[in-house]
Amino acid sequence: MNEMARLQKRRLALYGWMLAAPALALMSLFAFYPAIATFWHSLFSRGTSRRPSVFSGFENYGDLFADPTFWTVATNNLIYAGVTIPVSIIFALVMALWANAHIPARSFVRSAYFTPTILPMIAAANLWLFFYTPDLGVIDQITGFFGASPTNWLGQPETALASVIIVTIWKEAGFFMIFYLAALQTIPPDLREAARIEGAGRWTYTRRVLLPLLMPTTIFVFVNAMINSVKLIDHLFILTKGGPNNASKLILYWIWEMAFAYFDSPHAAAMTILVLLALGLVAVAQFRLVEKRTHYR
Amino acid sequence: MTNQSPFIRINAVSRVFNGGNGVHDLSLDIPRGSFVVLLGPSGCGKSTTLRLIAGLETADQGSIAIDGKDVTSTPPSKRGLSMVFQSYALFPHLSVAENIVFGLKVRKTKKNEINTRLTDALRVTGLEGYQDRKPAQLSGGQRQRVALARAIVAGHSLCLMDEPLSNLDAKLRHAVRKDIRDLQQRLGITVVYVTHDQTEAMSMADIVILMKDGRIEQVGNPADLYLKPATAFAAGFVGSPPMALIPANALPASVIPDGLDANHLTFGIRPEDLILSTKLGQQPWGIPATVTGSEFLGAETFVFVAIPGTDGATARLPGRVEISPGTEVSLSWAGAAAHWFDGEHGHRLTPTVPGTSAHVTKITSQPDTATSTL
Repeated sequence: MNEMARLQKRRLALYGWMLAAPALALMSLFAFYPAIATFWHSLFSRGTSRRPSVFSGFENYGDLFADPTFWTVATNNLIYAGVTIPVSIIFALVMALWANAHIPARSFVRSAYFTPTILPMIAAANLWLFFYTPDLGVIDQITGFFGASPTNWLGQPETALASVIIVTIWKEAGFFMIFYLAALQTIPPDLREAARIEGAGRWTYTRRVLLPLLMPTTIFVFVNAMINSVKLIDHLFILTKGGPNNASKLILYWIWEMAFAYFDSPHAAAMTILVLLALGLVAVAQFRLVEKRTHYR
Repeated sequence: MTNQSPFIRINAVSRVFNGGNGVHDLSLDIPRGSFVVLLGPSGCGKSTTLRLIAGLETADQGSIAIDGKDVTSTPPSKRGLSMVFQSYALFPHLSVAENIVFGLKVRKTKKNEINTRLTDALRVTGLEGYQDRKPAQLSGGQRQRVALARAIVAGHSLCLMDEPLSNLDAKLRHAVRKDIRDLQQRLGITVVYVTHDQTEAMSMADIVILMKDGRIEQVGNPADLYLKPATAFAAGFVGSPPMALIPANALPASVIPDGLDANHLTFGIRPEDLILSTKLGQQPWGIPATVTGSEFLGAETFVFVAIPGTDGATARLPGRVEISPGTEVSLSWAGAAAHWFDGEHGHRLTPTVPGTSAHVTKITSQPDTATSTL
């Protein structure tokens, strides 16, 4: 091979590595290293001043599976994800379709939908705390008007998780709507007209043309919603603190509790690794299944 | 066919948009089986007219009938027509075959019928072997043919086309033009075709409808439009290079036909009718002009000339003509080649005194000889 060409090739490779270096350094420092360290940490027993930490293999994991709280929290999170993800996506889509139509005060509608997203989760939770207040809150005022007795929405195990779910949907749907709105605006209006001429009504057009074309956005939103269903727990600190009786406790809140309230970092580390593993598996499944059926332009 | 009622009748239709444009009080008859081209500059209302026929726009006033049925407030899908869009409007997530049969599936056509029709449409448009590709994997010309196949697959007798060739390169455009025309003839369908390209209109149309500012400027076959433009606008729009339009008072008084007032008159001459003469002073009435440049196109040469007090003119001369800018020339023409238009409203004027026109003809039939009758 030509000496000059070889030199140029090497320089190009070096250039590539230099471009990747800053991100690689930061990722290693703040993502890869902590993940590996956490895994390593999860293999040791909890050390006290009398009994130093010793290697215990997968014992911490075994403890977790034996703990009934683990199953409660995991079930809670599954319900939480299973409801918030689809419902907020559907709300987002419907709101976007509406806000994209030619309606009066369109920009007002859009900003109104987007407002919950601008609020910090803590602020939103405080707002909803007021809504949920037994007897005095907005919700009980309304239900009371129809003769219902006051309900302690956040304070009883039957309704606590549902209440938290509603706050999350309210918070997320507006955010996801923005993505749908952006995607809708890239779809040329010709397609709708062509479909109309071919005899497709509003519903057929939505199902056969609009939804497939929005698939890439839906995947993006779905991944985000899934991550948030594990990651976003700020409102729990304000609303329920996971209670009552763990009824609204989510995985991350439980990990936080173990690590920083009970100072049991090995079990918290083990739980973190389980979450990472589960999310990784879902991501792989998603790419395998959905990606193939999606049309990217 | 001529005595039957028209296939499409547009009666006094108006559609006005907030930003202007639209069409005003438009009436139009389109015979069955004809290839009708709506021609005009952008913003003239040609696309609006097409969309009104399609039902994508609703008329503010007036009525539209297709095949004897009033369809003024009928939705597009019930009008029994198909449409080819400028952007083709193919569904990017569907394969060629799925795109073509989209409408048939929506209308719940039987499966084996869909297959027969799909095979037919693919064969007619030469798309066999491409049915599984996505639009993104096709060339511009192939996409255009998919749009065409989708338009003909349902077997509607009316097909609307909105500038279907404007996204193709010049060479392909020429070929597809012929294909579309052949297809229309073979299927015997009525085509309403919108374009701003007068070459397309002239080469394809049975009837050209020239529009300007939301109104019809002239309706006629291509020859009418070219040989007898009804207005100065029609004269300037049809033909390439366009007809030279010169205020008559820039011409010597002797060439103005009797009965026409030179102060309110526009003179028009086609480039091929303009005779260039370098033998100055030999003709008593030629218009003095200066050559500003020329373009050699192989079979012909365009010579651009500046005439004092006007926008200039173009002469189309056969073969190769060597003429350098700055050359003083004298312009003349055969009398019958001259077009006269009202200076203000632009409509065509016919010299009222027949003798005058004959007179001019006689003189200019030998432009190089010094005739002195004038």
